[in-house]
Amino acid sequence: MSDAGLMEDLYREIILDHYRQPRNRHAVDSPTCSADGSNPLCGDQVTVSVVVDGDRITDIGFAGNGCSISQASSSMMTQYVRGRTVAEARAGVGAFQQMMTTGEVAGLEGFDDIDALVGVAKFPARVKCASLAWKTLEQALNEGGAATPVTTDERSA
Amino acid sequence: MTGLNHAPSETQRLPFDLARIRRDFPILKREVAPGVPLIYLDNAATSQKPVQVIAELTRYYRDHNANIHRGVHTLSVESTELYEAARAKVARFINAPRTEEVIFTRNTTESINLVAHAWARKFLAAGDEVVISEIEHHSNIVPWQMLRDERGIVLRYIPMLPDGTLDLEVARKIIGPRTKLLAITAMSNALGSIVPLEVLVPLAKAHGATVLVDGAQSVPHMPVDVQALDIDFLAFSSHKMLGPTGIGILWGKMALLEAMDPFMGGGDMILTVSMDRSTWADVPAKFEAGTPNVADAIAFGAAIDYLDALGMDAVRAHEREVTDYALRRLSDVPGVSIFGPMDADLRGGVISFELEDVHPHDIGQVLDTYGIAIRTGHHCAQPVMSALNVPATARASFYIYNTTEEVEQLASALQAVSKFFGGGR
Repeated sequence: MSDAGLMEDLYREIILDHYRQPRNRHAVDSPTCSADGSNPLCGDQVTVSVVVDGDRITDIGFAGNGCSISQASSSMMTQYVRGRTVAEARAGVGAFQQMMTTGEVAGLEGFDDIDALVGVAKFPARVKCASLAWKTLEQALNEGGAATPVTTDERSA
Repeated sequence: MTGLNHAPSETQRLPFDLARIRRDFPILKREVAPGVPLIYLDNAATSQKPVQVIAELTRYYRDHNANIHRGVHTLSVESTELYEAARAKVARFINAPRTEEVIFTRNTTESINLVAHAWARKFLAAGDEVVISEIEHHSNIVPWQMLRDERGIVLRYIPMLPDGTLDLEVARKIIGPRTKLLAITAMSNALGSIVPLEVLVPLAKAHGATVLVDGAQSVPHMPVDVQALDIDFLAFSSHKMLGPTGIGILWGKMALLEAMDPFMGGGDMILTVSMDRSTWADVPAKFEAGTPNVADAIAFGAAIDYLDALGMDAVRAHEREVTDYALRRLSDVPGVSIFGPMDADLRGGVISFELEDVHPHDIGQVLDTYGIAIRTGHHCAQPVMSALNVPATARASFYIYNTTEEVEQLASALQAVSKFFGGGR
């Protein structure tokens, strides 16, 4: 294999671990908000469901299928968000997007696993895979509020 | 006079010498990373270009460049002659009865849209039926959906069977007296399935329907004769058959082209213009408004010379051999499932597959580190993905320069990919 180093940047062991054993890949009871994310060009798809109690995210789960990067990023995102405030979750979304743009680790508290995705920034075609879960979370929180679930895109394919 | 005669006047058939062919493609010598030679298996997306085509493009800009169909100066006359000579080569290549029936467009998509705008909008009315198939590329679906929404035509499609071929029983029921247009691919870009035009075209013709064939995947890979097929329109692209990007072809029967109104208005497509009205130029100028892509059309002529010299029967035979080998070899790789017909006689050099527990995107990424270029995704054929019930596939596609050794390397790289992601989800 040629670019062994580059490949290890992309597919770090912790990423493959999240891909093989995703965290929070389950439905949540009575979500207060949810959103679908889809990258039809490559076939990545994720649904994020969140329970917000006051200003705190008490439960989060995801469903979907896609490449290892999109699924690992979903798993890591939910691990980070669970138990944090909505403001902290939004800060996480911002920090993640920043990391994808700059190619430098975010260094945010609780971002230990997530920082392993920094190598994705070197693969422009894969940034959208890693970002999908985070943009979907943001969408869920924006559309959030108990009574307004986001229309789900049934592009299950 | 600087070499207007560089194109061979009489095509000489050459033996299908794979080593010699590969030497004509400089890009095949490049490495994707140090020590990792390129293995290019994404030919259904676009083909590589031989030195002859690259040289022709350079030679045109170096020696002849001028605008065409205007001006009496030497360069303009030469450019016009070369451009029209390329048109004649295209016409011969598909056995068009008349050279003027060949229209230069940008690509297959534009060619199909030209028919949708300039023919269908004029001659189809609400309730008229257009028949397509489930295995079409988006470019032969979306223009007809737009026309349906605008004009109230009825859009019907021939479904795909689980093996990736079309359901001809249903086709016999769908194609009927209300069918005004059959717009059908000759070969699926996602699965490689070869469509039996010899069955479908007579069905449409029996009901007086017009037939448009999307030849984007067939014209580069097998002999195509518009008269033998008895079709009315044929659309295809230069860049998938050794030529430059930015050149497509629409061939149409002269009577149809003459009855159509222009697609776009502007320079080169008019006979006369006053401030009140204009009259149209003759076919094909009527459909080539504005300065066309002169250089790429001429270089496309060199691509056709190259394929002519090989002979399209030989091209098809070679690809059939590589495809047959790949179908058998990839089937042996643990975890690989191949979509589409397993008989190389029923498919062109396109193999869509999945690898158990590995997303196509990850397959493509890891194969790239082996220098292997494949396509991953929905291949602009989302209805095919839906019918297969997969979000995406990985696709290897072959051309004249691909070898069974390359297939062998693909197979062993896929085994490594499987190992790398092993452990499932």
